[in-house]
Amino acid sequence: MTPDLECVDLIRRFGETTAVDNVSFEVPAGSFFSILGPSGCGKTTIMRMIAGFLDPTSGDIRIKGKSMAGVAPNKRPVNMVFQHLALFPMMNIADNIGYGLRRKGMARAEIARKVDEALERIGLPGIGKRKVDELSGGQKQRVAIARCMVMEPDVLLLDEPLGALDLKLREHMKIELKALQAAFDTTFVYITHDQSEALVMSDQIAVMNKGVFEQVGTARELYYRPESAFVAGFVGDSNRWRGRIERIEGGEMEMRTESGLSMRGALHGRQLSAGDTADIFVRPEAIRVARSETELASFDNRISGTVSSLLFNGAASRVLVQGGDGGEQIEVTLPQSGEYATLSKGDPVHIGWSGEQGNCFPAGAA
Amino acid sequence: MKAEAKLGFVLLLTPLLLWLVLLIFIPHIDMFLVSLRERVGVGKYETSLANYLTFFREPLYLWTFLRTAVMSTVATAITLLIAFPVSYYIAKIAKGRMQSALFLLCLIPFYVSELVRTFGWMILLRETGLVSNLLQWSGLVDQPVEMLYNDAAIMVGLVYTSMLFMVVPLVTTLESLDDSVIEAGYDLGGNAFSVMREIVIPHAAPGIVSGCIVVFMLSLGNYLTPTMLGGKDSLWFTQLIYSQFIVRFNWELGAAFGFMLLFLSSVIVWGMLRLTGQTLEKTMG
Repeated sequence: MTPDLECVDLIRRFGETTAVDNVSFEVPAGSFFSILGPSGCGKTTIMRMIAGFLDPTSGDIRIKGKSMAGVAPNKRPVNMVFQHLALFPMMNIADNIGYGLRRKGMARAEIARKVDEALERIGLPGIGKRKVDELSGGQKQRVAIARCMVMEPDVLLLDEPLGALDLKLREHMKIELKALQAAFDTTFVYITHDQSEALVMSDQIAVMNKGVFEQVGTARELYYRPESAFVAGFVGDSNRWRGRIERIEGGEMEMRTESGLSMRGALHGRQLSAGDTADIFVRPEAIRVARSETELASFDNRISGTVSSLLFNGAASRVLVQGGDGGEQIEVTLPQSGEYATLSKGDPVHIGWSGEQGNCFPAGAA
Repeated sequence: MKAEAKLGFVLLLTPLLLWLVLLIFIPHIDMFLVSLRERVGVGKYETSLANYLTFFREPLYLWTFLRTAVMSTVATAITLLIAFPVSYYIAKIAKGRMQSALFLLCLIPFYVSELVRTFGWMILLRETGLVSNLLQWSGLVDQPVEMLYNDAAIMVGLVYTSMLFMVVPLVTTLESLDDSVIEAGYDLGGNAFSVMREIVIPHAAPGIVSGCIVVFMLSLGNYLTPTMLGGKDSLWFTQLIYSQFIVRFNWELGAAFGFMLLFLSSVIVWGMLRLTGQTLEKTMG
């Protein structure tokens, strides 16, 4: 089966700078594909090239197998949900949604039926006569999606559409967007700098940095097995140490950090050898906290120290632990099952993690 | 504190009130009273509508009145047609320094007084002028051509004089239109024409209407341009007012003409607002 969207060796230069540098990817039909990256990484440029507002310097974009080279934006089977939605303020909701159908030359009655159907689908029946500025942020969001979906595009592009919403609504819209995607059964290409949006909604995520794709994979793959130091640092939080690898044994390795900590880790098949300088990333949530050292017997990395700071943030609360034998502070996620509710600054704690959980990369990669 | 705030409010309001009362209300009321006077003998006056009746009974006055209104409307339409693409280019297509440079170019002619600008056009259009000479030199005509003192020359002058007052409100409203809204128009299958018709023009409507009102008022009340480019007998309504006041020394009839002009412009502006579904608050706010 041909993928809905295929980018082949896509390059886009702006003068001296290369915004998109030889990017190739495929998006299978009906899937939710996200491009995740910091601002200025080139993700918007890719999106605008797919929509047709920018021409690639070289490379090709194919939609359902058909090359889009030289095809104007209004002739492409893709539609875009803009960052600030770009609803037409001079029209009411029904006219907004019906705009594309009118352009197709569809009959009036047919348009009215389709618009009603779309409003039904996004759970806002009967708002067709209202003005754009009478809607709430979440409603506008859904209207913007409906306006594209009535066009039955092969690919729907979404350019950080949740950026302008407040946190609660954003959490809600994540679930809703995923549900809408399933309901419309359309390929979504979503760009965002917010990793939680990408992780929650996507079937596949491409992590982009400085114009190139660092890794393409499922949310789990990116989270547990990042392929580059950039991905390890960008997706989720990490404690990060730099050090020298002292020993390699099979899939295991041992390194000593610059601050003198000794650490064990797994290679996960990466090319490293003894004597290399490397960066190791360990997630705060992969580290276990305990009051006594015996609880941590099963972990191959153990440190005893004191709580130097409590970062209370509800479910995502953390502590900073200062190891007994010096070194950097280590960020550890605090379980919220109650037993550490009384933990306070200066308390002695033990922490430990399995070397399996660490990800190690040659230094200088990012 | 409260008394101080009140004093501040009064002090801020005073210049506005002085301006309104001294320069607008009093002269207009006085002019209106003058227009209602009929001279019955030397230094003897009676209140009557005689001046207004004179206006309606004399076909030349009515004809001039109508002609001024139609010409001003046409001048407004032409100004809009020329200014819209210019404004669209400045607001949406030109970027950065180019944008401010173009805007400045629209502004620069207005550094010179209207009189001098109009003389500029006379130099171009008169019998011995640049255009006439050029046509003779190129062999298209074999004798000097007089291009001044006709309606086309008046139209050229009016449009040129009014340009800036159309470009400024248009650029302002077009700039407030988000580029992504235009892109969305194309993305959903629109072409240049339909995006213009359904998105850009409805968005710019308040700017179009306010620009049209200003240009229309300026054209209607213009004295210099019709007189210089159209000649003394170009039949512009302001010339009638001028001649009643200055030449004939008939202030009563001149005042009545002035009020007819005020009435005419108000009716046409009101009609234009009704026709386009705009309100004065929306276009001026």
